[in-house]
Amino acid sequence: MNFLKWPGVKVSKVGLFSFVSFFLFLALAHLQSAKADTTLDLVKKRGELSCGVSQGLQGFSAPDDKGRWHGIDVDFCRAVAVAVLGDAEAVKIVPLSAKVRFTALQSGEIDLLARNTTWTMHRDTALGIQFVGVNYYDGQGFIVRKDIGVTNARELDGASICVNAGTTTELNVADFFRSNGMDYEISSYEKSEEAVAAYDAGRCDAYTTDQSGLYAQRQRLIDPDAHMVLPDVISKEPLSPVVRQGDDVWADVVRWVHYAMLNAEELGVNAQNVDKLQESINPSIRRLLGVEGAYGESLGLDNKWAARIIRKVGNYGESFDRNLGAGSQLKIERGLNALWSNGGLQFAPPIR
Amino acid sequence: MNTVFSLWSSQKGRNLIVQLLMVAGFLGLVWWLVDNTVANLARQNVATGFGFLENNTGFDINQKLIAYDESSSYQRLLLVGLLNTAIVSVLGIFFATLIGFMVGLARLSDNWLVSKLAFLYVEIFRNLPLLIQILFWYVLLIEILPHPRNSFALGDMFFLNNRGLYLPWFTSLSGGNIVLWAIALFGVGWFFVSRQAQKRRELTGQKSSYTRHYFILGVIALAGYLSLWGVPFEPNLPALKGFNFRGGLSFTPEFVALLVALSLYTASFIAEIVRAGVLCVAKGQFEAAKALGLPTNVAMNKVIIPQAMRVIIPPLTSQYLNLTKNSSLAAAIAYPELVSVFAGTALNQTGQAVEIIFITMSIYLFLSLLTSFLMNIYNARVALVEK
Amino acid sequence: MRSILKWSRENLFATRMNAVMSVLSIWLVYVAIEGVFSWALINASFIGTDKASCAANPHGACWPFVTAKLNQFVYGNYPMGEQWRVNIVFALGAFGLGLLMTKRVSFKKEVAVLMLTVYPVLTFILLSGGFLGLSYVETNQWGGLLVTLVIAVTGIVVSLPLGILLALGRRSELPIIRIMSIGFIEFWRGVPLITVLFMASVMLPLFLPEGMNFDALLRCLIGVSMFASAYMAEVIRGGLQAIPKGQYEAAKSLGLSYWKSMRLIILPQALVVSIPGIVNTFIGLFKDTTLVMIVGIFDLLGIISFHFTDPNWTSPQVPITGFVFAGLVFWVFCFAMSHYSKSVERRFSVTGENK
Repeated sequence: MNFLKWPGVKVSKVGLFSFVSFFLFLALAHLQSAKADTTLDLVKKRGELSCGVSQGLQGFSAPDDKGRWHGIDVDFCRAVAVAVLGDAEAVKIVPLSAKVRFTALQSGEIDLLARNTTWTMHRDTALGIQFVGVNYYDGQGFIVRKDIGVTNARELDGASICVNAGTTTELNVADFFRSNGMDYEISSYEKSEEAVAAYDAGRCDAYTTDQSGLYAQRQRLIDPDAHMVLPDVISKEPLSPVVRQGDDVWADVVRWVHYAMLNAEELGVNAQNVDKLQESINPSIRRLLGVEGAYGESLGLDNKWAARIIRKVGNYGESFDRNLGAGSQLKIERGLNALWSNGGLQFAPPIR
Repeated sequence: MNTVFSLWSSQKGRNLIVQLLMVAGFLGLVWWLVDNTVANLARQNVATGFGFLENNTGFDINQKLIAYDESSSYQRLLLVGLLNTAIVSVLGIFFATLIGFMVGLARLSDNWLVSKLAFLYVEIFRNLPLLIQILFWYVLLIEILPHPRNSFALGDMFFLNNRGLYLPWFTSLSGGNIVLWAIALFGVGWFFVSRQAQKRRELTGQKSSYTRHYFILGVIALAGYLSLWGVPFEPNLPALKGFNFRGGLSFTPEFVALLVALSLYTASFIAEIVRAGVLCVAKGQFEAAKALGLPTNVAMNKVIIPQAMRVIIPPLTSQYLNLTKNSSLAAAIAYPELVSVFAGTALNQTGQAVEIIFITMSIYLFLSLLTSFLMNIYNARVALVEK
Repeated sequence: MRSILKWSRENLFATRMNAVMSVLSIWLVYVAIEGVFSWALINASFIGTDKASCAANPHGACWPFVTAKLNQFVYGNYPMGEQWRVNIVFALGAFGLGLLMTKRVSFKKEVAVLMLTVYPVLTFILLSGGFLGLSYVETNQWGGLLVTLVIAVTGIVVSLPLGILLALGRRSELPIIRIMSIGFIEFWRGVPLITVLFMASVMLPLFLPEGMNFDALLRCLIGVSMFASAYMAEVIRGGLQAIPKGQYEAAKSLGLSYWKSMRLIILPQALVVSIPGIVNTFIGLFKDTTLVMIVGIFDLLGIISFHFTDPNWTSPQVPITGFVFAGLVFWVFCFAMSHYSKSVERRFSVTGENK
């Protein structure tokens, strides 16, 4: 290394330094990525689930005064975390705008996207992502100020509409106005709260999003009673958690977390009786709670995975009720989201 | 091995080796990043390539200078976004220059109050983040301005409400566009004719009548056309129809807020540049001009400013460039410029982040490199003049 | 009284034009002051716990919003019990800066070195924790002014040395190094920061091997630092160009190596010359930290606008009040910096004239 000390050496030191450090960096990177793990392995190794949610939509995912996140989507994140890691708090909640959500998932920034995301063919096939199962059946509607005298969506010809940019909502509203030969002016905001605030300030005549979102956002308006949700539903919005494509193990885990919560509701297992029901003689319940069979192990988890979910988060009905239904401020009816046995669409394959 | 050592023992050789190693390292880094990206995209089965540019967008936006609707392609959308960036930048540059020169010269005024006010202006606007200014103006506009039904109105032509600013405008009938193009061409011609006239005056010392003749010719041609085929325009006045005003020339609150914020913010920088530029011109120049008996404003316009311009123009250009790049902050309000509509909405609808960010960055990079290139030429020319 | 009259005649009413301008200015000042006063004080609400307290004064500021949320505006969701750590970081930073700005302190150089090396490490240990008995606080719990300052300080600490290297690279005699430096500088200067942040915040992991990832805040910091370095490089290059050629030649004739001559002769002079430009870059960087809000990091502006949607506080006065408050905070920081830079500039220019 003596030649480095020669007088008059110009940039060789810095050159050598950058060169060496670059290769160190490469080597380090290589060490870190020695083998391509499945998301399940990565999450277990990290001891934490990184879960993308919306930036604040009451009932789906919104922080309370103390900064703790609540909502049906957040519950889903916690359910996956408790199933995989045994700790419902081992979740890193990552609030994402509609715009960045898919990129964040594709890039590996998050392991799971539970962000009231509509399942469409384009997204499923062209974005490298996979929808695991509908956790909320929704449809798009409009909210308007009562005093503009509109009673249904067909009367909105010529109106200004506020919308969240980069959503299916934005596409549906275009379809709706075009197919009905109506004129409109659209204002697309980066974040849903910006769109709501602009609507509230009077920038637009109507704000449009999924019906559930309309009820949730209405709570945030300056005077909620001065606004009404129009009865029209202009689209199908099956909202589903999303994972990256090409990782079937992880997709199975996430999908069955959802089904486990549905099966639990169907079987009448809830957070209060889950421990008592360990001794149930009903074979379906015994399989769900891991008393019989090795269903958890075949998922790459342990057999008490579902019991933990129900104990810490509750079944689907409990989560719905707490966040969206009668037990919440929103008081949304179960409707399409009732179990199939109650006339709804929620139908989970059996655990057996 | 021996040759490598002999290379290393000379300064030149060492430099060569080090540089080759750096190139290799750089190429390696690029290769590594590209390889990772391709592998990641392939593994997740993400759509790649630029084919999406041909697809329909399926959504509408609220400001378009050229025809665009839901059935237009992403290519078209890119163009619409680019034009929206262009219009707000061009107008922003215009107003920022105007305000900036006024404030900059006001700072040099001998009126104590005026110069302090100008100082205050600069200190306030320069030290506030632009994003806060944009959001502030936007909230102010949509919160304070009335609903369309209670618009502020001037006559039955100008309206201001929280949906925008509406001005009377015109629509061209058949032949209207030809007339507009002819007028534009006439304007370009004016530039050359007046330059010719200037040259002639410098050569002969006589006032030339070129421009007057050119103007008269233009007026005759226009009058002739109008008398033969009638006026090919009709007025287009804004009027309240249903929820909103239709017709006329309209500017959305997003556009106005962005324009106001960009102009006021950039003007505070331009004011400082102008002040520094004028102070750069030797004091003797001003005194000499005065001694020649030139009034203050003539001395300013004909002696000081032309000399100051040489110092002012390079930093001024970089402010123009900054303004153009800063217009991308429109993503925070809903103004549909390039970044917000293309790198925002389109990116999310197609999911092709890499391609879209690549296109967006390339456009800005091209603009920036072009500006520096033109600046270098300008600097070279100015330097030549100095000798 | 006489002298005031005389002064105003000379400075305000010297000519007719001047008089008109003065009257106009006085009117402008009056309107502005009256507007600000009535909004911020006379018509404003000062006490209350929710939006109802502000509804009574629809044409004034809603200050209770700021007082009620102040803790979150400063610390974000940093756990209450751990906020003393943030306070220590703030206090140390203020103390160090105070020392640097006090004229009579003779060990400025040492303080500056400590501030640029030990302080950032200490800050990281204190804020993030995870060892030494400090509980681990995730960066997504950081927020508000804390995040704004973390981003700004990191940008400053990283961009200065990196900017110097790039500026030297751009003036290097070796073509490859020059071209690469130019490429780096022009690239980062040519693109808007928002696209850089977007790339850093969501696309960076796409460029890295599967499973390799950084913290979201860290990625933003990288983006901001790269961006600031490029601007810094150009400022320092200006300083390098201002050094007379004789200095380079003198250093060479003393037999100093390239790095020695740079370190001992050229850079000290070039950096002093570029102080105003450097501080201006810092100010720009500080203002630009607000952009991270767009990529979902809750800096001061981000957390303030996030709280606009709190159902307890949705009212028309709240957003304007929030933006004015954010503006005030940023303005104070930026103004202080620019003021300091001007005083330094004046000090150096005076010594320059004395020579």
